[in-house]
Amino acid sequence: MIGRIVTALRSKLSTDVKTRHDHKSRRVLPVLPAITLLAMLGPVIAGLYGTILPAFGHLPAAGLTGPTLSPFYDLFDWAGLPRAVMLSVGVGVGATALALTIVALLTAGWSGTPAFRFLERLLSPLLSVPHAAAAFGLAFLITPSGWLSRAVSPAITGWDRPPDLLIVQDTWGLTMMAGLVIKEVPFLLLITLAALGQADTGRSAAVAKALGYGRLTGWLKTVFPRVYAQIRLPVYVVLAYSMSVVDVAVILGPNTPPSLSVYIVRLMSDPDLAMRLQGAAAALLQLALVIGALMAWRIGEAIVTVLGHRWIMSGTRGKIDPIVGGLALTAGIVCAFLVLAGIVVLGVWSFAGYWSFPDFLPDQLSGRNWMRFGPGTVEALGETALIAAVVTLAALALTVGCLEAEYRYGLRLSSRGIWLLYLPLLVPQTAFLPGLQTLMLNIGADVGRLPVMLAHLVFVLPYVFLSLADPFRAWDVRMGVIANALGARPDRVLWKVRLPMLLRPVLTAAAVGFSVSVGQYLATLLIGGGRVATLTTEAVALASGGDRRAIGVYGLMQTGAALILFALALIVPAIVWRNRKGLRYG
Amino acid sequence: MKHLAILAALIAPVAAIADPNPADWDAVKAEAKGQTVYWNAWGGSTTTNDFLAWVGSRVSEDYGVILEHVKLTNTADAVTRVLAEKQAGENDDGAIDMIWINGVNFAAMKEADLLFGPYAEQLPNWSVVDVAEKTVQSDFTVPTDGFESPWAMAQVVFVHDTADMPERVGSMQALLEWAQANPGRFSYPQPPDFLGTTFLKQVLVDILPDASVLSAPATDENYAEVSAPLWAYLDALTPNLWREGKAYPATGTAMFPLIADDELDLSISFSPGAASTAIANFELPDTVRTFVLDKGTIGNASFVTVPYNSGSKAGAMIVANFLMSPEAQARAQDPAILGYGTVLDMTAITADERAVFDGLDLGIATLSPADRGTVQAEPHPSWATRLADDWADRYGVAQ
Amino acid sequence: MDRGLTLRDVTILKNGAPLLSLSRHIGPGEVLSVMGPSGVGKSTLLAFITGTLAQDFSATGTIILDGMDVTDAPAYQRRVGILFQDDLLFPHLSVGANLAFGLRAGGSKVDRQTRIDEALAEVGLDGFADRDPATLSGGQKARVALMRMLLSDPCGLLLDEPFSRLDTALRAQVRELVFARAKARALPVLMVTHDAEDAAAAGGDIVTLSPLH
Repeated sequence: MIGRIVTALRSKLSTDVKTRHDHKSRRVLPVLPAITLLAMLGPVIAGLYGTILPAFGHLPAAGLTGPTLSPFYDLFDWAGLPRAVMLSVGVGVGATALALTIVALLTAGWSGTPAFRFLERLLSPLLSVPHAAAAFGLAFLITPSGWLSRAVSPAITGWDRPPDLLIVQDTWGLTMMAGLVIKEVPFLLLITLAALGQADTGRSAAVAKALGYGRLTGWLKTVFPRVYAQIRLPVYVVLAYSMSVVDVAVILGPNTPPSLSVYIVRLMSDPDLAMRLQGAAAALLQLALVIGALMAWRIGEAIVTVLGHRWIMSGTRGKIDPIVGGLALTAGIVCAFLVLAGIVVLGVWSFAGYWSFPDFLPDQLSGRNWMRFGPGTVEALGETALIAAVVTLAALALTVGCLEAEYRYGLRLSSRGIWLLYLPLLVPQTAFLPGLQTLMLNIGADVGRLPVMLAHLVFVLPYVFLSLADPFRAWDVRMGVIANALGARPDRVLWKVRLPMLLRPVLTAAAVGFSVSVGQYLATLLIGGGRVATLTTEAVALASGGDRRAIGVYGLMQTGAALILFALALIVPAIVWRNRKGLRYG
Repeated sequence: MKHLAILAALIAPVAAIADPNPADWDAVKAEAKGQTVYWNAWGGSTTTNDFLAWVGSRVSEDYGVILEHVKLTNTADAVTRVLAEKQAGENDDGAIDMIWINGVNFAAMKEADLLFGPYAEQLPNWSVVDVAEKTVQSDFTVPTDGFESPWAMAQVVFVHDTADMPERVGSMQALLEWAQANPGRFSYPQPPDFLGTTFLKQVLVDILPDASVLSAPATDENYAEVSAPLWAYLDALTPNLWREGKAYPATGTAMFPLIADDELDLSISFSPGAASTAIANFELPDTVRTFVLDKGTIGNASFVTVPYNSGSKAGAMIVANFLMSPEAQARAQDPAILGYGTVLDMTAITADERAVFDGLDLGIATLSPADRGTVQAEPHPSWATRLADDWADRYGVAQ
Repeated sequence: MDRGLTLRDVTILKNGAPLLSLSRHIGPGEVLSVMGPSGVGKSTLLAFITGTLAQDFSATGTIILDGMDVTDAPAYQRRVGILFQDDLLFPHLSVGANLAFGLRAGGSKVDRQTRIDEALAEVGLDGFADRDPATLSGGQKARVALMRMLLSDPCGLLLDEPFSRLDTALRAQVRELVFARAKARALPVLMVTHDAEDAAAAGGDIVTLSPLH
């Protein structure tokens, strides 16, 4: 498949290049789109290949040859399978639907208001908080002995010891779902805002209002269908991610049995090699579940469209708008609060001395935990930053190269091609990473930093591309015509005009890429063979030990590492362009 | 594939010849200098992590060996890795140079010929190890045969918060009765966690009238009958567990915060000194104490082992030997550091070295060796595997 | 050598279908105004001359500038200056740096600075070199854009609805300035416009294009 895409691109190239005259960069630039696709899809396809063979009992390295269906029989024999599957599907679909509903109603009811702008400002930085850190924070807040319970005990509840309630790791995965929702709401909100900018939404909403529609109902009936068409793929990404997430499931999810993804990782690390076959079979099942859920979601879209059409035809003006809008705003604020308070409670634990229930604050605060774990975090921070920096730079270089090739040679992805960008995000990680690990071992590629970087690139590239593509394409090409006419070669136009003008979006894309790399858990764990210790793998490893002070230190460092580039993306253009009014709001 | 096999056969003897000889200690020291040793060890305990970092600084000072702690969540990961490397033909410089190991994982690696050795009994410090009194030459009844070297003694102790549970219990039956009277106040780590599986074995060892059957491998014939009392016990215990047994702590150390929060009154630990260490680190209230059962509790040794394909075997042996030194052993036994039991024979070391051990303040929650009662033998590893699997089917999936 | 801009049998095609055809010579200092309804391909014609034709378009015919066939030359080597209805000053560069960007490479630092200062003085913007372009008025921006283009030493000048964004008072003033500078440098000028007044003020020939099909 990848071969066909590359060949297609090449043949397109040869015709294009002949008619163009950029001799200098002809060699490198036009092949960048092919390299980019290869970097993004190659590992996914190779990993799936490495999963399919053992799933059918074929693992020659272990003296096992297939094909046989016994790995699937073994898998279906596991008594926990129905519930693990239900968890995967239920949590994934539930978290996606809930997050989408909150975002849609929030935008419908409040976009353009001061409250909305406030929430937007609050939620944007939360996007970069790593999932694991947010999950830890949530756990520290809502367990029976968590911060929220301490805040009201014993004064209101009368509890002088925590009640025996199953909240974190609950059997139905509701807490895990909550942990995903609080992270996906900021993501979907920002995606929605970007889509709003592209659709002519302000006027539609105004017209609806003039026709007597409530703000929320009017927006849902006139604007939402257009916006949803734009955010459909990101919603699918959220669905696929939520169904197959590992780190959040380890921290917040149930264990009797665990979700399918956690079970896959467990099977893949069992000393008994036969378990790997079963793990591969489970990985294929996971892939099938995600594909099935995506198809079901698609059908759901059609049903909602029909119902929505009926609702629009009914002409109802939205009597309960204020109530629904109020609920949505509350939900949005709760999401922001849970992430923020979670980070604060991580901070408190990181400085905590002895801290018993139901005290709201520790007996004493001390720097002792930081003295103990600080040196370890600094080492992990170095590894994390090195990997993230290299991967982000590579992703930026490839993305800018692709977009520039698109500009110069018209090598643009078709609307179908956009799917290719999303593919690495739609294929569940647990389906292809274990296979990739096996393959890499088979070809003798050593574990370590470089393979981890390549694996990170698979996830970083799409995000960097998606966040940079729109601003890059929105750049006024007449600037390029002018610069060319002034005698500037295309490379000079790129470096001296286009990129400086796009400094802010380039840095924002870098920040997105960096935080995606910082948050990678499974790719680092499996491909790094345990030798590559980043803040995220260290933090999740600590989860099993339950040392909340260490988790506090690591979680905080992890969050800081992910946030720092976003801060720079705001500060650097403000300083560099402090005397350039035309770029201040760009 | 065939060619690869021939190639491997050609290379294998060469690799074997290149292996360092533990009996020639000077050569080992010379070869070890500058080597990097990737020690794969469970990374969930921050006190252990700190101790390993200290070991790293000491072997770097004395021998020029660089020690890297690869933090595992599950020791089986390391076993898998070596196995995968062997399948991939990586026979000379695998990712792992040393593993903190025992029980099932050791048995699996030994069985699959994944280990370097024998080396343990040629190490210089082996001469001060207490081979007579401590179970350092068998690991869960499997003979070590010099393929792993001991570095700490562990024994099951029960950890209770005397503020809520003033009196110890003397038997597993008494523990069940206490749990029924105080529902939601006890839990154990979820098997197949090492300590969780140990809890299952501890129940069985304590309630069986004659536990000697456990020292032989479990068979299809005797397993169901022997284990039946355990399941009856757990069926009675589970509804009275913390969260009614719908969730379990992931590991032993994860139970300490639960005691500190007053969610639990009682838990278990495999390290007699861990509670005192946790009190020093603010992780447990100072009202916590430990106890053992009237009939004693299960004990075993922690070992390190060297994979056959390590590229730094000499460096790994330096670390293994250092771990058995009086200096490292005394530090490990200090509850302010780690609180692990020593593997050394107190009569074999010098008076000065002994004085360091005698001078240790074991901490308020640590039982003296004399108060720890009989150390019961670990059952054969086949029991642990079966019990953990069976547990997962009974309690680890939808109830 | 034949000075000026010659378009020989130029046909612009959109997705293979002919859009417009033109064959003209514009002598030094002359202005040719091209008019016609929107969508007829006026701007596309300019893109063909600058060498920046978009993907969907193609063209046949020859462009000769001062006797040189530039039809297949890369955009940056054609020496065709262009002005759009927007000033399109580079927002990240100061006024002086914008001009320096246009100025052909070579010459000492002092020399270059002098030429930039002279260019600013020529359009009454003395001392504006360090200004942020965003702080300039519309007329000032248009003048900077003109001088930036002229400093690149073009052999021909293209104008794409260049005055349509300016208000009436400013419009005449800027228009006069542009044509005067072009005449002073003896540049052939090709202007596409909607505005009959612009075309009349240009004083040259007027071609009105109509769709070919």
